[in-house]
Amino acid sequence: MSLLSVEKLTKSFGGLTAVSNVNMYVEKGELVGLIGPNGAGKTTLFNLLTGVYVPTTGSIKLDLNGSVKELGGLKPYNVTKAGLARTFQNIRLFKDLTVMDNIRIAMHQNIDYKLPAAFLRFNKFYKEEERMLEEADKLLDIFHLSNKKGELAKNLPYGEQRHLEIIRALATKPSILLLDEPAAGMNPNETKNLTDTIAQIRKEFDLTVMLIEHDMSLVMKICERIYVLDYGMMIASGIPSEVRANKRVIEAYLGEDVSDASNKKS
Amino acid sequence: MKVLTKKNIMILIAIVITYVVVQVLISTGIIDSFYEITIATICINIILAVSLNLVTGFTGQFSLGHAGFMSIGAYVCAIINLQMNSTTGLLIGIVSGAISAAVVGIIIGIPTLRLKGDYLAIATLGMAEIIRVIFLNMEITNGAAGLNGIPRFTNWLWLFFFTTASILLINNFINSSQGRACISIREDEIAAEAMGINTTRYKVMAFAVGAFFAGVAGALYSSYFYFIKPNIFGFQKSVDILVIVVLGGMGSVTGSVIAAILLAVLTTFLQSYSEVRMIVYALLLVVIMLFRPQGLMGTKEISDMFKFGKKSSKVK
Repeated sequence: MSLLSVEKLTKSFGGLTAVSNVNMYVEKGELVGLIGPNGAGKTTLFNLLTGVYVPTTGSIKLDLNGSVKELGGLKPYNVTKAGLARTFQNIRLFKDLTVMDNIRIAMHQNIDYKLPAAFLRFNKFYKEEERMLEEADKLLDIFHLSNKKGELAKNLPYGEQRHLEIIRALATKPSILLLDEPAAGMNPNETKNLTDTIAQIRKEFDLTVMLIEHDMSLVMKICERIYVLDYGMMIASGIPSEVRANKRVIEAYLGEDVSDASNKKS
Repeated sequence: MKVLTKKNIMILIAIVITYVVVQVLISTGIIDSFYEITIATICINIILAVSLNLVTGFTGQFSLGHAGFMSIGAYVCAIINLQMNSTTGLLIGIVSGAISAAVVGIIIGIPTLRLKGDYLAIATLGMAEIIRVIFLNMEITNGAAGLNGIPRFTNWLWLFFFTTASILLINNFINSSQGRACISIREDEIAAEAMGINTTRYKVMAFAVGAFFAGVAGALYSSYFYFIKPNIFGFQKSVDILVIVVLGGMGSVTGSVIAAILLAVLTTFLQSYSEVRMIVYALLLVVIMLFRPQGLMGTKEISDMFKFGKKSSKVK
């Protein structure tokens, strides 16, 4: 079984079916892209995977070394606990907290001290806090943000905020990382930087990555497999070169060929 | 491991000095019984404000029902103390009062903390009113007449001990991982959930901890002022506490302490000008809010000022 398998997943909001009968799978270690025109349902699909929405029908299964877990209907924090971490399309950092605090909050689910230790400062408290700081330092080192750890998140430049979101997601120790438009609003230089970072974290953390992206050059370059959504339906999937040549994908992005359309009518 | 750091020793010395100085002033009669009441009010208000700040300032859950939890602590402690007329009775009273308030906090918190912003404020306001009406109609609380002649064992030592302990414990909580989880809810609830934080759980936790310490404050109140009735713990009291929190700065323990002291001193000082007292008080609040909308301290703490210049964020 694949690491993540989605079967017949559907989500409707009243009369609107935002995601319709979607099947997909992600293998361990893969880098999978999810593309589609605006309003195709990509973020809705991400929200279903991460527990923000409850699926109308269908199942999402996570298989971690043989122990299979159904994610559909779980609360977001339980999905994160199960091993799926995400970033947001419009950055959602804890703006008024420091970089270090942003990371430490994400580490909360893995701490090993309870409320009494927090109040009374048992030895365990200091040990765990120390461990957290060390781990956070390691993460910051990888992204060359060590010198910024005391800064408020809102004061970071845009590109670094995007990076911090990724670090924060990594701090939850996920098996799968979901990136929602990580390159949105970045200039070519920053995008290049991001590409390198993604490659690096995959190697270093033995991570499976799934990303939504509009920057086609980025998607085609780094994704091993691509899924294409349109009007909530999965219209194509495969390796980048296949997807690029797929007629339905081209139609979804550029509209139907006029001559084709008129031919059909007649 | 790290208990005897330079910082902790300094804090300890400051605590001891504060205690001794005030104790000497009381013993020598420089602080007379009138000012002693002001000091008691300050201590109780500090506990109330710091605990409400945990709920409203740090966790971001706007509560207008803090006086309700205070009244539970006050009544439970008073009833126990009337039965057990000793300092042990007072101690048992304070602990049971605080625990009762925390339990009620959990029971009320679970349904109401689904609400946000204004709706939560109204729900908590209603809950405090319900508690008040229950005390008004119960036999053991002696209805509207209230409880009289509660043994008065509370003195400066008790007040000081519980105030310092409350501040330190709440401060410890805020600077722990659980505390940070609470703060993340204030910052961005959706992101907090996505980072694996059970937001409902930590909202209720903050609410219960806040209620616990409000219960401590109520218990001290009943013991120090030896007379309680339901109307003391009305809407007005909740607003008074909220004023301290907002004035000091939502999200600053230091701010709450400073504001509690400032307002109590101000009230005492203005007592000699009774005609204009409330006008001056209200005007001052308006002026401070106009010039410092974030409160006196914002989200800063006194410790932030001392470590100015140090870059690393250390475990506090």
